[in-house]
Amino acid sequence: MSQTTMVRPAGGTASDKIDPAAVLAASRPNLRRRLTNQITLGVVILAVVMTAVPLVSVIWASVERGSARLDVALFTNSMRGVVGQGGGLLHALMGTLLVTGATALIAIPLGLSAAIYLTEYGGTSKLAGLTRRAVDIMVSIPSIVAGLAAYALFSLLFGPGTRSGLAGAAALAMIMIPVVVRSSEEVLRLVPADLREAGLALGAPRWRVIRRIVLPTALPGLTSGAVLGVARIIGETAPLLLVAGFTDAMNYNLAEGRMATLPVFIYTQWSSKGLDTAAYDQRAWAGALVLMAVVVVLQLGARALPTQIAKIRRNR
Amino acid sequence: MGPTSASAVGTPRAPLSERVFAGSMRGAAGGVALILAGVLTFLAVRGGPAMFAQEGELPAHATNFLQLAGPAAFGSLWVAVIALVVASLPAIGVALAATIYAPSPKFGRFLAAVLDLLAAVPSVVFGLWGLMILAPLMVPIYGWLHRNLGWLPFFSGEPSVTGRTVLTAGLVVGVMILPIMAAMCRESFALTPPALMEAAVALGATRWEMVRYAVLPTARSGIVAGGMLALGRALGETMAVAMVLSWTPYLVSVNLVSSGNPVTIAAFIASTFPESTGSQVGALIGLGLVLFGISLLVSIAGRRIARQGVTR
Repeated sequence: MSQTTMVRPAGGTASDKIDPAAVLAASRPNLRRRLTNQITLGVVILAVVMTAVPLVSVIWASVERGSARLDVALFTNSMRGVVGQGGGLLHALMGTLLVTGATALIAIPLGLSAAIYLTEYGGTSKLAGLTRRAVDIMVSIPSIVAGLAAYALFSLLFGPGTRSGLAGAAALAMIMIPVVVRSSEEVLRLVPADLREAGLALGAPRWRVIRRIVLPTALPGLTSGAVLGVARIIGETAPLLLVAGFTDAMNYNLAEGRMATLPVFIYTQWSSKGLDTAAYDQRAWAGALVLMAVVVVLQLGARALPTQIAKIRRNR
Repeated sequence: MGPTSASAVGTPRAPLSERVFAGSMRGAAGGVALILAGVLTFLAVRGGPAMFAQEGELPAHATNFLQLAGPAAFGSLWVAVIALVVASLPAIGVALAATIYAPSPKFGRFLAAVLDLLAAVPSVVFGLWGLMILAPLMVPIYGWLHRNLGWLPFFSGEPSVTGRTVLTAGLVVGVMILPIMAAMCRESFALTPPALMEAAVALGATRWEMVRYAVLPTARSGIVAGGMLALGRALGETMAVAMVLSWTPYLVSVNLVSSGNPVTIAAFIASTFPESTGSQVGALIGLGLVLFGISLLVSIAGRRIARQGVTR
């Protein structure tokens, strides 16, 4: 090809006479440098192993010790009246479903709306700065402190010693709101400004542009952020231990009475054992297995959702 | 919309629907700020008085708030520092493996997924694991450390027979914060300018030398910020510590292997709260305020460092 011959230096220059292998051999790092390189590679591999070992060990332990109780009764029974073998975690599963659902109902609309304000309306306003700072601080609230704050609020409203699923949801919402605001804001910022301007230029009011253009464009990212937010709080134990308490029986009422949840179930199976300790340990591990399965499904869902939504849209 | 827009020619005014929508979005943003204000107010109102509580009003038979808060604050910091020491090197290593050392982008994504999964394991499961799997494994190691390094204050004293020591708790929390720190490190390693790395390789640097002189210096603020973020998370970690640690109230000790261990603020609240009433609950809320203050300071410091890295 004429193009390649043009850029090649004309004729046989010095570079043709030098053996590339010899150059590489001469510039080869000395033993000490090569050894350091190999050792650090070993350290990096070791770091990967050190990360994988606890994860594999946790999963293995849950499967090995929990699968013994992974029976039908586990999902159809509560712990009411159970002192030794048997029993199940239906009450805790139902509690987790209700509390997490209530949390999502509070946190997702509020967090998303705040994010819409921050990206679409607020800009550099004073309120936007205040909200951003509040989100930064809320992210660093330890989960147990969120539980204490919910307890302080609900004990003011309903008297000391109050426990309810709703109080648990309030505590979890404090943890989830900043997560939703941050992830939604990030996703909304990725929507190209041209799309908004095109809508506004057609004379649509801002809210219709947001409703019809911005939100649908951002939908895949928004849903995945919301699912990750749910995954983040579904394993929370400490705040629920404080404000939702624990019970052996079913409770469908979020507003009243103690409500068992899956993480607290695991904790109490360990912390307040009966005589037959093996039965309690097995239930704790079975609970751990179920909880981890739920979290993994949520994580995978959050990963798969954006592409799935895109696929559905393309087919439509 | 026709008639309203016609009358609004002189003074452009948004339609009602627009004003309602914008107003509710503004309300939500203000609501988030208000929630934080509410949290702080409730904590202060219920926990503040406990800081001046008298003997008999406090949990664990404490005579004053400081006697309760001091050792627990030490315990929180101690466990968090152990966890950070445990987690730092593996976190940086695994982040390097996922970015610079990754043989293929696929491997990098796989490692990222593993880290996400590790971060998603609930703390109560880690508590169960630390208590029943890790602690028994550590007993012989603690015995060995005591026999051979017993002259150090960290390993003196009779070693624990259950293995539920502050070091075990630190190890468990370390595993939990590892993915948090690794995620931050991974992000900053991925931001290293390729030209810098190529220049290093062109100058004949080995892979490690490229990392040492091109990647790590540019990522330094990211690494430190990740460490601070992880430290903040470790300070607030509750269930894993509450389950693994077998603690003694008021104890301040740097011993890592004996059965006498300090307690962390979060673990103390979680294990004392269910049996507490009245003013004792107030004291626990006060302790929560102290914990909030400490973790807030750590996170502010972390953010400041991260921002410095951006402006430089």
